[in-house]
Amino acid sequence: MKALYFASVRERVGKNEEEIDPPAEVVTVGDLFGWLAARGEGYAEAFANRAVRAALDRVHVKRDAPLAGAREIAFFPPMTGG
Amino acid sequence: MAARVQAEDFDAAAEARALIAGRRDVGALVAFVGLCRDEGGRLAALEIEHYPGMAEAEIARVVAEAEARWPLIGVSVVHRCGRIEPGDQIVLVAVAAAHRGDAFAAAEMLMDYLKTRAPFWKRERLSDGSVGAWVEAEADDDARAERWGEGTSS
Repeated sequence: MKALYFASVRERVGKNEEEIDPPAEVVTVGDLFGWLAARGEGYAEAFANRAVRAALDRVHVKRDAPLAGAREIAFFPPMTGG
Repeated sequence: MAARVQAEDFDAAAEARALIAGRRDVGALVAFVGLCRDEGGRLAALEIEHYPGMAEAEIARVVAEAEARWPLIGVSVVHRCGRIEPGDQIVLVAVAAAHRGDAFAAAEMLMDYLKTRAPFWKRERLSDGSVGAWVEAEADDDARAERWGEGTSS
């Protein structure tokens, strides 16, 4: 699946997007936070932050949402538009 | 219903006029424009980052919720991205309805939901030439969105 990173999450991870292929035991969005956090220092810093949000195929989701074949997941801090 | 994200400035009056053009049933037209402040001279500009595709989709979902809640005749939302300087327009929410109560309430709900749900992030550029911090989300914005009866969906 494609992972996208925005704002402070993008800066900590050091890239805008990447293809990821998590193992079968990564079932929920929350599992993916944990799996990504283990990929390196910048990731650990980005994904340890409890305030970081996720969207699955461009819809906001909570951490207990199943990944269930989604094509795109995005991670970002709380929004500050308007 | 129109929902756009663009780098260019917008003409708020023209957007509002388009909602009422040729109609005889509109009794109320509310247009809200959010502007960039200089924060007492500290701020040189805002850089607004967004999630292309989701930003438009989330604005459309928020508009659909407003349309389900009030009898609205037309809604137009424009949100800018990229570099915005103090005094520049950032966002437009325009609502046409038969009655002012519906138009005022829908415009306020739309802004409250846009601030907490539409995927935009502001970063400060400071007057001394340095790159400032990402703007922090405010708990007050969440509280304003939650009073409409449904929390942010994440």
